Amino acid sequence: MLQNLGQNLAFGILVGALYGLVALGLSLVFGVTKFLNVAHGELLMFGGYASFLIFSKLKWDPFLTIPITILTLFLIGALLYKLVFSRTVKLPEESKIKNTLLIAFGLSVILQNLALRFWSADERGITASYASIVFTVFGIRLPLMRLASLVVAVVFLLALQLFLKKTYTGKAIRATVQNWEAASLMGINIHKVYLLSFAIGAALAGVAGTLVAVNYSIYPTMGLGWTLKALIVMVLGGLGNIPGTMVGGLILGVTESATSFFINSNYREVAGLILFLLVLIFRSQGLFGTKEN
Amino acid sequence: MLNIENIDVFYNELQALWGVSMVVNEGEIVALIGPNGAGKTTTLRIISGLLKPASGDIRFLDHPLGKEPPHKIVEMGISQVPESGKIFTGMSVFENLELGAFVAKARKEKDQSLEWVFGIFPRLAERKNQQAGTLSGGERQMLAIARALMSRPKLLMLDEPSFGLAPILVEHMFEMIAKINQQGVTILLVEQNVQAALELAHRAYLLENGRIVGQGNGQELLSFESVRSSYLG
Repeated sequence: MLQNLGQNLAFGILVGALYGLVALGLSLVFGVTKFLNVAHGELLMFGGYASFLIFSKLKWDPFLTIPITILTLFLIGALLYKLVFSRTVKLPEESKIKNTLLIAFGLSVILQNLALRFWSADERGITASYASIVFTVFGIRLPLMRLASLVVAVVFLLALQLFLKKTYTGKAIRATVQNWEAASLMGINIHKVYLLSFAIGAALAGVAGTLVAVNYSIYPTMGLGWTLKALIVMVLGGLGNIPGTMVGGLILGVTESATSFFINSNYREVAGLILFLLVLIFRSQGLFGTKEN
Repeated sequence: MLNIENIDVFYNELQALWGVSMVVNEGEIVALIGPNGAGKTTTLRIISGLLKPASGDIRFLDHPLGKEPPHKIVEMGISQVPESGKIFTGMSVFENLELGAFVAKARKEKDQSLEWVFGIFPRLAERKNQQAGTLSGGERQMLAIARALMSRPKLLMLDEPSFGLAPILVEHMFEMIAKINQQGVTILLVEQNVQAALELAHRAYLLENGRIVGQGNGQELLSFESVRSSYLG
C-alpha cells in the first residue's frame, strides 16, 4: 500500500514536471503580450512531429532532436506573430485577450488540418532503443525516459529563469511585463520584445512536444488536451509567474496521480478541473501569484 | 531644441489638443501648467511618441519626431519620467537603473551614468539592491528620475514630479530638478504645484482645455489674472 502510494507520488512528480514545461511557454507569452494563445497545444503538436520526423528519417537520438525542434518552432512562432498576432498589439488589454483567443482558436483548427494533411491521423510515438530501461529505488520504479524528461524540463525552466534575470534582453522582457509603457520610455522596442517572447513561447512548446512524443503519443488533434492542461497549470501557478508555473505543474501531476490512487483513474482529469475552479473561485491570482500592485 | 507647431490630437473622436505650439530652447527649464485634464500629460505623450498627433509638426534638434516610435525618440535624447514614476516595482533599484540605460549608446556609458545619478541621489546608492517596490514615495520618484537620466537625455520631461510628496520633499525635489538642469540637461516640467513650478522655470506655458492660453516667463505668468485666480487663490 505505502509503496504503491510512493510509486504514485513519484509518477505524479515526473508527469507534473512535464505539465510545467507544457505551460511554461503559454505563461511567458501571456505574461508579456497578454495574448491567450490557445493554439499552444498545436505548437506542441508540431514540435512533437518535428522530433518524430528527425528521429524516424534521420535516426537521431530523440533528445538530440531538441535543438532542431526549438529552432523550427521558434521560427514558426516568429512567423505567426508577424503575420497574425502582431495586428492585435495596439488593442486595449481586454479586447486583446478576447481577439487573440479567437485568432488562436482559428489557428488551432488550421494547424490541426495541416498536420492531418501532411502526416495523416495515425498516432505516432518515439520509441528509443533504451526506452524500456527502468530504475528501481526503494521499490519505486522510475522509467529512464521519464527521468530524462524531468531533467529536460528542469533545465529549460532554469535556462529561462537565468535568461530573464541575467541578460539585458531578459530584463527588458520583465520590464515589459510590469509596465509596457514605462518600458518603451526606456527605449525598449516593445514589438521586438513581443516577437521574441512569442517565439520563445513557441520554442518551449516545441520542447514539450518532443517530451510528449517520447512519453505518450502524437496525433493531429492532440493539441486541445494539452492546451487545457497548460491553462490549468498557468492559473495554478499565477499568470506569467515562471517558477510558479513549474510548481503548478507538479501540483497538477500529483493531484492527478493521487486521484487515480485514492479514487479511480477515470477521475484524474476531473480532479485537475476541480482544482482549476477552486483556484479561480478562491484565489484568482493563482496559488503563487501576487495581486496587481 | 524642441519645436512643436500647431498640433491637433484626438483620443478616438474626442479632440484633446487644439493647435498647440511651443518651443523649448537648449538649457532651459520650461514649465507646462494648467488644470487637470487640460492636456499636459497628452502633450508629453505626443513628444515621447506614445501618442501620435493627427496634424502638426514636432521637431527635435531639427529631426521630425512625428512618425518615430517611442524607443527611437529615447535614442534621440528625449527621456520622460511618466506620471507617478511607473518604476518597475518587481525589480531592484539597480535593475531599474540598468533598464534606464537600455539604448545602445547609453549602455556603453552605464558605469559613468550610474556614478552620476548616485551623485545626484545618494539615497539610491544606499538602496541599490533593494526591491524598488519597497521604496518610499519620495525615493520612488527619485528612482524614476534617476532611471530617466540613465539614458543620458538632452531633454528630460517630468510629469508631476511633486505629486503625492510631502511639502518638505517637494522643496527638495525642485532643488534636484534645478541641479540636474545646471548640469546641462534641458527640462520640460509638467506641474500642478504652479507657484513652485513658475518660480523654478525660465519660461512657462499655460494650457487650458487643450489650448495654449498664455506664455511668458514665470513672473509674467504669475501676474496673469486667470493663473492668479485659478491656482494661487
